[in-house]
Amino acid sequence: MDHQSLLARITAQLPDALIESAEFRGDLSLVVRPERYLELARWLRDEPDLGYTFLENLCGVDYLGRDPRFEVVVHLVSMQHLHRVCLKLRLPEAEPHAPSLTALFPTANYQEREAYDLLGISFDGHPSLRRILLPDDWVGHPQRKDHPLVEEEIAFSFNQERIYAHKPFANE
Amino acid sequence: MTLQIPTPHEITEPAIAGTSDTMVLNMGPHHPSTHGVLRLVLELDGEVVVNVAPDIGFLHTGIEKTMESKTYQKAVVLTDRMDYLAPLSNNLAYALAVEKLLDVEIPERAQVIRVLLVELQRISSHLVWLGTHALDLAAMSVFLYAFREREQILDIFELVSGARLMTSYIRIGGLAYDLPADFLPTVDAFLQIMPARIDEYEALLTGNPLWLERTVGVGVIDGASAVALGLTGANLRATGVPYDVRKAMPYSGYESYDFEIPVGKAGDTYDRYRVRMAEMRQSVKIARQAWERLSQMGPGDYQTRDRKVAPPPKSEITQSMESLIHHFKLWTEGFKPPRGDAYVSIESPRGILGCYVVSDGGPKPWRVHFRAPSFINLQGLAQMAKGRLVADLVALTASLDPVLGEVDR
Repeated sequence: MDHQSLLARITAQLPDALIESAEFRGDLSLVVRPERYLELARWLRDEPDLGYTFLENLCGVDYLGRDPRFEVVVHLVSMQHLHRVCLKLRLPEAEPHAPSLTALFPTANYQEREAYDLLGISFDGHPSLRRILLPDDWVGHPQRKDHPLVEEEIAFSFNQERIYAHKPFANE
Repeated sequence: MTLQIPTPHEITEPAIAGTSDTMVLNMGPHHPSTHGVLRLVLELDGEVVVNVAPDIGFLHTGIEKTMESKTYQKAVVLTDRMDYLAPLSNNLAYALAVEKLLDVEIPERAQVIRVLLVELQRISSHLVWLGTHALDLAAMSVFLYAFREREQILDIFELVSGARLMTSYIRIGGLAYDLPADFLPTVDAFLQIMPARIDEYEALLTGNPLWLERTVGVGVIDGASAVALGLTGANLRATGVPYDVRKAMPYSGYESYDFEIPVGKAGDTYDRYRVRMAEMRQSVKIARQAWERLSQMGPGDYQTRDRKVAPPPKSEITQSMESLIHHFKLWTEGFKPPRGDAYVSIESPRGILGCYVVSDGGPKPWRVHFRAPSFINLQGLAQMAKGRLVADLVALTASLDPVLGEVDR
């Protein structure tokens, strides 16, 4: 399986699925239209002579200053053809949300939770979209580029009311 | 077939509300058999595990975020701290990803040294797994023997890099320093004794009825489920799926080495044990081939001659103005890869370690993401543990071989 033949197969099967495709340093990456994303992933997985059954990697990227700001990057591997393809999904700044791949690839579960936790990207249809690395009561998504890189303010009696206001555990 | 990956809340919330008949038990985060700061929330019916959910994040240190504010070279030291049992593998994944972005050629000698060290790293990591796994199942002596050999490997790392654990020896563009003079004899001595030592461990465990009782048929998973859950490394190969990145998408010249991929059949704890033991033998074989190549090659380059990526040698700096400028620019500003992104995956001791690097054209990475094998392997725990006893869960967790530094990053 080489990049060009895969691309030809995709454009024949789902002509409106791709926004653009690029080859960089020998890797093929496809920018996918969000409404065709699940369909494309399912087809890549189930088509017997393609067999992209293994979701190797899923992560989010914050391109602050660009529109659309967020990107979900998925690397699918065909163990049959020993070929890897990268799907990218561009998401807007306001309430970024993407369809969840968990129904097709259960391994996306933790990886989507990580992207939700650290970047604030929601995944529709995820069975349990909760924070995974940070505590449940954490406020904010620290891997976003506009998250402040400062130390946490120390709570003294004069300012504790203001600081505890956004920390639910303090009132328990 | 439904594969479930429960969260701790799904177990604790019904228990708090009093709507379930089962008992909820906490294992960890400070439990010796969880191999680090891992909290397992167990739902038990008597001694039988009904459900189990890992609660992770206790060691989250924001490594990926921190790397965004370091230059590319300075971020190398952070990679050591993820999977602290295999720092050289982490170095390699990151270095390969950045080198792909830069599109820089690495001298063959440096690649051979990388392969040799990474295979030694695999042996040392598997030795820790073997020792602790056996310790969890009450076979005390294996631990002592395994750590005896691991000590020798750490001595080799100390010899080349000055550090036993956090080596940071594999750098972007090659290696940090050239090899010391007594490197080859030291490695030779180790490679000579190691096969007999592996026989020794196997004599203690492979046919041991107590070991078989605790591992055969425990934590079974089939190949299709393992792929769907994203299990990689020995956990996947024990199910009979012969997927190894070193063969599938070779890097660093692995295609030119002669080795096999050990696979299992049953996908149980015993097969994972067998696969890892066989992997150690294969690693010895690869390391021996790399050793032979190195001894034939003699001295040579240990990093790329591209002065925009790797600093010039000291002797050149005192002679050439241009070298001085290169040195200065590299250490003050760093290099600037072109805009774009690159993804590289390698076969680390724990499975597929992927590194995704995005460059915005500046001297610091815009985004670095690691596909951490331990993190993703943990998703298989509930599937494998259901219906088994708590004691089996201990064997099973050890055989998944998670490193919590890498899970939480």
